[in-house]
Amino acid sequence: MDEAARREYWRSNLRLMAALLTIWALVSFGAGIVFVEPLNEIVVAGFPLGFWFAQQGSIITFVVLIAIYVWRMDKLDAKHGVDIDGYEEEVHHS
Amino acid sequence: MSDIQTWTLVFVVITFGIYIYIAYASRVSNTSGFYVAGGGIPASANGAAIAADWMSAASFISMAGIIALAGNGYAGSVYLMGWTGGYVLLALLLAPYLRKFGKYTIPDFVGDRYSESARLVAVVCAIVVSFVYVAGQMAGVGLVFQRFLNVGTTTGVVIGMAIVFFYAVLGGMKGITWTQVAQYSVLIVAYLIPAVAISAELSDIPVPQIGFGQILAELDGLQQDLGIAAYTEAFTQTSMMNMVLITAALMFGTAGLPHVIVRFYTAKSVRAARYSALWALFFISLLYTTAPSIAAFSKLRVIQDLDGTALADVPGWFNTWADVGLITGADGGAVADANGNGVIDFTSEVVINNDIMVLAAPEIGGLPAPIVGLVAAGALAAALSTASGLLLVISSSVANDVYYKRINPGATEARQLLVGRIAMGGAILVAGYLGINPPGFVAQVVALAFGLACASFFPILVLGIFWKKCTAAGATAGMLTGLTVTMAYMIWTVDIWGNSAGIWNIPETGFGTIGMLINFAVTITVSQFTRKPSPLMQELVEEIRFPGRTDLVAKHAHGEELT
Repeated sequence: MDEAARREYWRSNLRLMAALLTIWALVSFGAGIVFVEPLNEIVVAGFPLGFWFAQQGSIITFVVLIAIYVWRMDKLDAKHGVDIDGYEEEVHHS
Repeated sequence: MSDIQTWTLVFVVITFGIYIYIAYASRVSNTSGFYVAGGGIPASANGAAIAADWMSAASFISMAGIIALAGNGYAGSVYLMGWTGGYVLLALLLAPYLRKFGKYTIPDFVGDRYSESARLVAVVCAIVVSFVYVAGQMAGVGLVFQRFLNVGTTTGVVIGMAIVFFYAVLGGMKGITWTQVAQYSVLIVAYLIPAVAISAELSDIPVPQIGFGQILAELDGLQQDLGIAAYTEAFTQTSMMNMVLITAALMFGTAGLPHVIVRFYTAKSVRAARYSALWALFFISLLYTTAPSIAAFSKLRVIQDLDGTALADVPGWFNTWADVGLITGADGGAVADANGNGVIDFTSEVVINNDIMVLAAPEIGGLPAPIVGLVAAGALAAALSTASGLLLVISSSVANDVYYKRINPGATEARQLLVGRIAMGGAILVAGYLGINPPGFVAQVVALAFGLACASFFPILVLGIFWKKCTAAGATAGMLTGLTVTMAYMIWTVDIWGNSAGIWNIPETGFGTIGMLINFAVTITVSQFTRKPSPLMQELVEEIRFPGRTDLVAKHAHGEELT
């Protein structure tokens, strides 16, 4: 990677992180805590929605967020021609 | 010997046999294998190992009960969100970069990135946090042996120590990792079977995550009839601000715990480290989404079975647990009809221990004895897997960060390995002693360990990766201030000083978040005025942001002098 490609790679990475962490905060601290009372007025399949976000929805969202991160980073690596198999050589020593 | 004891014994012997076999098959002969399993564990296996490492006796045995009883439903959500949300931070902010950095321990990163004095502070933090935790695990092992097999706590802890000693000393991280994969399988099966059965029985839907929606309205109604706040109602026990602070402390603390972070070094590559985080949270979420459903179902069943029932008519599980003193009257003695109305009043005459909700779930759900035995084996798997991971952190901190890096840098591979094994043996003895004679404050301190980890490690790790100009002086000052302030607040709010309300009612478990913000502020401010890292170090930090092989990082990971 040359200097310009590196800058672009890092910028894409930071943008992705910012987007995912915003959703992370909105779902847990937002839907699960700060807005839990208005959301509890809505009941889906027996669950008051705010309560559902606090005990189920946030956890499910966290898994999905990491899945998106892994998937997008694989694509970003491929776009910049990072040899995915080359990774496997990085066994460490001290 | 009762049916339940026989089946428990059968499952314990089978599972322990499997762990010992795996340990023997994966024994190691070099330090890289001992500390990080040679960095060669596939992502899905590593994920299962992280999950087993993470989910301790507290997650398996206590969490559902805390949600149902102590947290009265909604307030228990801090644990569910806090102990899973931290993995998003780990996956996005730490795991790939620390893996690329390519060393063995957190103090390694702190020492190389910042300075030797920072390394020492980090070693002390890592060892303190790990010992606090491991004592709780050993006590958990003793507890399960005592309740299910009727052997003394001491015998139980000694058996647990012997098993851990065998596979941790022999196999190091490699043995521990593969054993943890087996332990995860045991614990998740043991957790899900009763949950599915109880869900099918009470809601007709065999998926507990969906099924418990069917009974929430009924449970809310029952609790309101009893004069307790509704199960799903928010902020009945914990204010909004404290929910936010405690959840944040648990999340950022998770991302700063040494025994979790070290697992990403065992991944094959940067890419595998990312996938490990995904697998780990997926495996963890299976248990964490099931726990609230066990909590709601058991709470419903317990209220229905007990409230308004005459003492002579209580179900069998009630007597099982009353006999061992985990269901008591309000005064801590035997359950009695205190107000003489002929029946039990749930709110005033019964106190149920948090720890029995999961262990009693199979009996409450009317499941046969083998399932009860399986749950006991699952609880042991959860406690032992966490204990072994923590012991490895202690042993590698002593052998790698202190002995090899500080005392004898010329030590041969064999010599380092020997010191690592001796340190591991010593740590097991101390942990066993603490498990048999738990200091009274262990339970509280375990919760506080998260606050300490989040106030000390998290900021300097993140800044060390994302801010090239973060200085050694800044990080050391930040780590010390965060740790001191948080610890001071925790000690200051101990009941005996009469300050237990704290400042603005912030609980000591949530104060880690404040400590973390202070750490960030101090680190950033001091970094502005102190000597910047060398151009070479800045280049190294730049390099770890990009995947693929780079000479500078490879040289550093091999321990060569950077020029």
